[in-house]
Amino acid sequence: MHIVVCVKQVPDTKIIKINPKTNTLDRRSAPAILNPYDAHAVQEAVRMKRLIKNVYISVLSMGPPQANAIIKKSLEIGADEGYLISDRAFAGADTLATSYALSKALEKIASIRPIDMILCGKHAIDGDTGQVGPGIARRLDIPPVTNVIEVTELSEKDQTVVVKRKLSGGYQLLRIQMPCLLTVEKEINEIEYSPLPNMLKAARYEPVVWTVNDLQDVDRTQLGLKGSPTIVGKMFTPPKHEGGKRLEGSADEQVKDLITCLLEEKKELFYVK
Amino acid sequence: MPEKFDVIVVGAGPAGTSCAYTCAKNGLKVLQIERGEYPGSKNVMGGVLYRKQMEEIIPEFWKEAPLERPVIEQRFWMMDKESTVSFGYKGLEWGKEPYNNFTVLRAPFDQWFAAKGVEQGVLLINETVANECIVENGKVVGVRTDRPDGDVYADVVVLADGVNSLLGKQLGFHKEFRPDEVALTVMEVINLSKEKINDRFNLEDNQGCTIEIFGDSTKGNLGTAFIYTNKESINIGVGTTLSSMIKAKLKPYDLLDYLKNHSMVKPLLSGGESAEYLAHLIPEGGYHSVPKVAGNGVIVVGDAAQLVNAIHREGSNMAMASGKMAAEAIIRAKEKNDFSEASLNSYREALYNSFIMKDLEKYKDAAHTFEHHPQYFKEYIPMVNQAMSKFFTVDGTPKREKQKQIMRSVTGTKGTFKVIQDVYRAWKAVK
Ligand SMILES: Cc1cc2nc3c(=O)[nH]c(=O)nc-3n(C[C@H](O)[C@H](O)[C@H](O)COP(=O)(O)OP(=O)(O)OC[C@H]3O[C@@H](n4cnc5c(N)ncnc54)[C@H](O)[C@@H]3O)c2cc1C
Repeated sequence: MHIVVCVKQVPDTKIIKINPKTNTLDRRSAPAILNPYDAHAVQEAVRMKRLIKNVYISVLSMGPPQANAIIKKSLEIGADEGYLISDRAFAGADTLATSYALSKALEKIASIRPIDMILCGKHAIDGDTGQVGPGIARRLDIPPVTNVIEVTELSEKDQTVVVKRKLSGGYQLLRIQMPCLLTVEKEINEIEYSPLPNMLKAARYEPVVWTVNDLQDVDRTQLGLKGSPTIVGKMFTPPKHEGGKRLEGSADEQVKDLITCLLEEKKELFYVK
Repeated sequence: MPEKFDVIVVGAGPAGTSCAYTCAKNGLKVLQIERGEYPGSKNVMGGVLYRKQMEEIIPEFWKEAPLERPVIEQRFWMMDKESTVSFGYKGLEWGKEPYNNFTVLRAPFDQWFAAKGVEQGVLLINETVANECIVENGKVVGVRTDRPDGDVYADVVVLADGVNSLLGKQLGFHKEFRPDEVALTVMEVINLSKEKINDRFNLEDNQGCTIEIFGDSTKGNLGTAFIYTNKESINIGVGTTLSSMIKAKLKPYDLLDYLKNHSMVKPLLSGGESAEYLAHLIPEGGYHSVPKVAGNGVIVVGDAAQLVNAIHREGSNMAMASGKMAAEAIIRAKEKNDFSEASLNSYREALYNSFIMKDLEKYKDAAHTFEHHPQYFKEYIPMVNQAMSKFFTVDGTPKREKQKQIMRSVTGTKGTFKVIQDVYRAWKAVK
């Protein structure tokens, strides 16, 4: 069984600064890391490999040559092989163009070793769109299953997988035919502390790097900036949450205060012509 | 089956990387293990990197290394509460090739240096702690890391694990520190615009300045403070021996706060924004504290071997030089295929014949003298300040009379005999 995990290098948004003048991310201010959700996706592939032997894990990333680092990181977690598609032609891609480029690379990987399952993180923490995974599935015409919190069954014989999907207020249990694409939530697993042999392997490893010319049947107009219809209209930093008002006293007093507050401060809501 | 290397280097500071680099360059199979997220991520240094020892490992490194500013001026302050006596040297020759030394920030510098090692073939792994040496039949044969399946083997293990060297302690090479053998230093990186730094320190873009401060910077205790200029930030730090801190009931962060708000220092920092706060030990025991540096299958380098010249704030250069000497000894040992203590002792010999042990020997009693005779910091520095103030204040007193008054006030508070003794003792300690 062959699992391919799509991984992205992102700035660590926990520490990143935002340029207050331009409202854009100051990417130099934060180190580049493996998108945390993607790390969980790789870990889940490793878990499945432990469940049924005979699993081969590849990771695929699109990015600049430095994205090498996250492929090595994926090998530390336990991936067997890493592919990086890197070319100026891919630069400036939105989710549409990214899913196109990745699907072309996946076709090529499948020609080397047929793919049974594709895993992605729920979303990348620098964009939060969550569109690339489903985009890939649509282009490859395989079922996309988002927000997976558990893989409960994996059957190589029937080529099916049973997963739990997170819903608001519950979960959905699905049996899916492989090949399929899953996007995973963080709670799906805990990232393990990698064994030393993985560390040594990753330190030695050089990923397979492909340019556009290495991919087949590519429509260049669908790549990079050219292939990206998304326009970012405006960016802003969400205003800092200001502390609320605390109502004290007996229940009656509190209700009374609340009503007065609402009537006073939110007059427009209650305005009747 | 665990892997075996020619050499395992524990630590990716200047000592470890110099050793790993030199070994790999000479064809040895090297594994370097670093605890931090990346080399330099946790490392602390005031920031003066010496050109000479670095150049002996990577010639013309200044053309590509991430350096801050070449140091063209070194100032020394003897600071009292509201005054300071300063002297120094500024020379533009230090701003040109081959330079004298540079200010650096360790995080980018260590990362770059370790990457040069990787280019030579070093296998570097981060986020991995070497927990202990694996010892078989009285010989170190590898290290046990904190990772699952974490054992790994080598002919020689190099301990470049810094001042605390847990691995060196486990082997019984050195004992726990006495409080007068280590200094506790705290420092802060303060962001300040290039223009402000250039104006306040009288510099051009590619010129740096260092200030070493004695006296009230440590409230008269044995220790020093420093201010170094980076491109767009200032490193300021202060440290005293642990024993002084205990005796004077000082808290390191209080001391740094005191320094930052000192009337002589505050204007240099004003408007700056604190970017990082760091604390670290410096081995200051000197000559007498240097442990056993070679054993069967093991070598100790850099801070782990306590190789720091506290009087001249040299540490990184000694780390690099010792790392290189260790590598050369390992290469010789590999040729004979003999990794016994006797064979690796060629490192010890090289070390004791080099500037490192010669310098440490020269100052072997200095810290001790100053620690046990606090008058140097507590009394003489204020005295010098008062003398200068008196001498340069124009008040109609003839200069000869002023000199007499100054001498009288010096010997008056202390007695001629004591002053002569102190001068002799100090001279003897550093001669
Ligand atoms: C505040 C301060 C100012 C200083 N200023 C100067 C200066 O201006 N100029 C100068 O030349 N020197 C200065 N020094 C001294 C200098 O920093 C040290 O001498 C130098 O860093 C020693 O290098 P090293 O490689 O031996 O140790 P370190 O730089 O301490 O490196 C040790 C490395 O080993 C790693 N490590 C430790 N234990 C383990 C383990 N068990 N497993 C894996 N990895 C491990 C650590 O993470 C670290 O990366 C200063 C020191 C301090 C604290």
